[in-house]
Amino acid sequence: MAAASLRSVNPTLPRTLASPTRSPPFQSPFLRFAPASITSFSNLKPLVTPPAPSSSPFVTRSAAASPQERKTFHGLCYVVGDNIDTDQIIPAEFLTLVPSNPDEYQKLGSHALVGLPASYEDRFVEPGETKTKYSIVIGGENFGCGSSREHAPVCLGAAGAKAVVAQSYARIFFRNSVATGEIYPLDSEVRVCDECSTGDVATVELREGDSVLINHTTGKEYRLKAIGDAGPVIDAGGIFAYARKAGMIPSAAAA
Amino acid sequence: MAPQRSSSTSGSVKTGMTMTEKILAKAAEKSQVVPGDNIWVNVDVLMTHDVCGPGAFGIFKREFGENAKVWDSEKIVVIPDHYIFTTDKRANRNVDIMREHCREQNIKYFYDITDLGDFRANPDYKGVCHVALAQEGHCRPGEVLLGTDSHTCTAGAFGQFATGIGNTDAGFVLGTGKILLKVPPTMRFILDGEMPSYLQAKDLILQIIGEISVAGATYKTMEFSGTTIESLTMEERMTLCNMVVEAGGKNGVIPPDATTFNYVENRTSVPFQPVYSDGNASFVADYRFDVSKLEPVVAKPHSPDNRALARECKDVKIDRVYIGSCTGGKTEDFMAAAKLFHAAGKQVKVPTFLVPATQKVWMDVYALPVPGAGGKTCAQIFEEAGCDTPTSPSCGACLGGPADTYARLNEPQVCVSTTNRNFPGRMGHKEGQIYLASPYTAAASALTGHVTDPREFLQ
Repeated sequence: MAAASLRSVNPTLPRTLASPTRSPPFQSPFLRFAPASITSFSNLKPLVTPPAPSSSPFVTRSAAASPQERKTFHGLCYVVGDNIDTDQIIPAEFLTLVPSNPDEYQKLGSHALVGLPASYEDRFVEPGETKTKYSIVIGGENFGCGSSREHAPVCLGAAGAKAVVAQSYARIFFRNSVATGEIYPLDSEVRVCDECSTGDVATVELREGDSVLINHTTGKEYRLKAIGDAGPVIDAGGIFAYARKAGMIPSAAAA
Repeated sequence: MAPQRSSSTSGSVKTGMTMTEKILAKAAEKSQVVPGDNIWVNVDVLMTHDVCGPGAFGIFKREFGENAKVWDSEKIVVIPDHYIFTTDKRANRNVDIMREHCREQNIKYFYDITDLGDFRANPDYKGVCHVALAQEGHCRPGEVLLGTDSHTCTAGAFGQFATGIGNTDAGFVLGTGKILLKVPPTMRFILDGEMPSYLQAKDLILQIIGEISVAGATYKTMEFSGTTIESLTMEERMTLCNMVVEAGGKNGVIPPDATTFNYVENRTSVPFQPVYSDGNASFVADYRFDVSKLEPVVAKPHSPDNRALARECKDVKIDRVYIGSCTGGKTEDFMAAAKLFHAAGKQVKVPTFLVPATQKVWMDVYALPVPGAGGKTCAQIFEEAGCDTPTSPSCGACLGGPADTYARLNEPQVCVSTTNRNFPGRMGHKEGQIYLASPYTAAASALTGHVTDPREFLQ
């Protein structure tokens, strides 16, 4: 019941409650922020402390994070090919749905990957359903290319997928996945899409330094590139939640 | 490749920077940046439209508060253009939502439409956002322009940093006027040689994408220069930069010159500061093209990098032709098509749909005489050739859209289109086959009912 009232304030909450393997992100239902308080860069703490080399634009975890912390996703795989563009992920006719509207967010999920050609006989979301039975999307090169529509990572997350494991990503899709916190965009080192099949049971384990995809059906294990600084942003629930947690944006309470 | 040095330790020793590096450095209030640097950047203009605007403002309100005010009501440009002339209630609602937000936030530039039955009855309505941004003087050299649309890179034609972002990033910019960006390395494309009379900028960019693939420029800047580039008009430069995203590019950029200043100064009095790549700047790749040797090309289904010579596709029977969008629906695009129709003096063999990008383009199509056509306008030539009547300006069927969108591909047909993407289902039907082409090639194809090299009609 408390969840229901919080849900009306923060539409991202139902998603996190549905994924018990993730620790709930920090969020206050009384978020208020006065943009006028940011008049110069001094209020925004630098995200990267030079000269630390970073492969992504977000800070390393604070000392308070547990070094043994690991994140696990377990479930069925859905395998797609190269250059899956955002029109295939969410066709343009569904872009009238506004992702920040909770009802329409759910509807977006029901249309996830509906744009894939008929050659994909197993559909990501069964007709009539709103959620997918697949937790992990396995892709090839250039996943998420094409349009910048944020509806793409949003619909995958809304449908219930937890992670994409692909050889490479288009930049706007990757950026949107992290900013929204909807789905983990993970990089494989080899063409995992050639070695996995839709319906394989798999586990993704995210760890500091080395992450893995374990395909229980084939018995094979694949190293994944570390998600690095993008991880804590997704864990927190996206760039805004992370920015507050990291003290980058002051909350009204602190001002 | 420039050495990885942070700007704070290299204050007095300057490495040469590319145009994009300079623009971002200035916007980040730094004297120096190198590719890979993550920097906070001041945004000069944020653009959004009817599809992503409601989501972006929704996030802005959710995160900054119901009573929050945008960072600068004069730096946000709201341009309804995607799903306008439709009975789809949600699409119509989204335009109403944007009106409410603009009213509440006192947004200066909102190109509103209320009478969907007659676009001309709406004095503020423009049409396709990327073309409207240029026509209304919002594109200026040296600035940072972001938009909730992948083809925001079009504005790079003006020598500025322009790229597409999602709703969440846009919500953040709405509140703060800043965005966190990673400085991209620059790939240089030098195009020299006289542009053949049958070749257009669309052929150039399709040639390049075919060369480097749909991920060839991922996370990188594509910088275009050379004598051919200098000879291009602003609209042709826009076509070139428009499809940078189809190669995965972060942004496209063209050094501003007299052509640029002429265009810009006729549309805005806001001062600007052009920048240019240093002679000793580092580029991560160098490509050179002798344009005089190039031939008209198409991108075959189903990828923008599936390049083929137009003349080698002459056996491909087509069902329709579409001329429109930010890529190929500008005034000069229609002028080119009209010029070819006039030279041919024949009728089209397949339905030929014409979707002017903006109100201004529509008016030009009806008012401007086509050079060499004895005073005839594009509209007259199109009518004589048997094309469909030019329709209300918007993004139209480039991206399919609601089911009742004009010229949407609702059957598995073959379409030659001046648009920007041909992935499965892009214009509607999943089995539709889209050949991306220049306006010349599209017009030539309409006349034969097959994919056709424009040299068949242009001499």
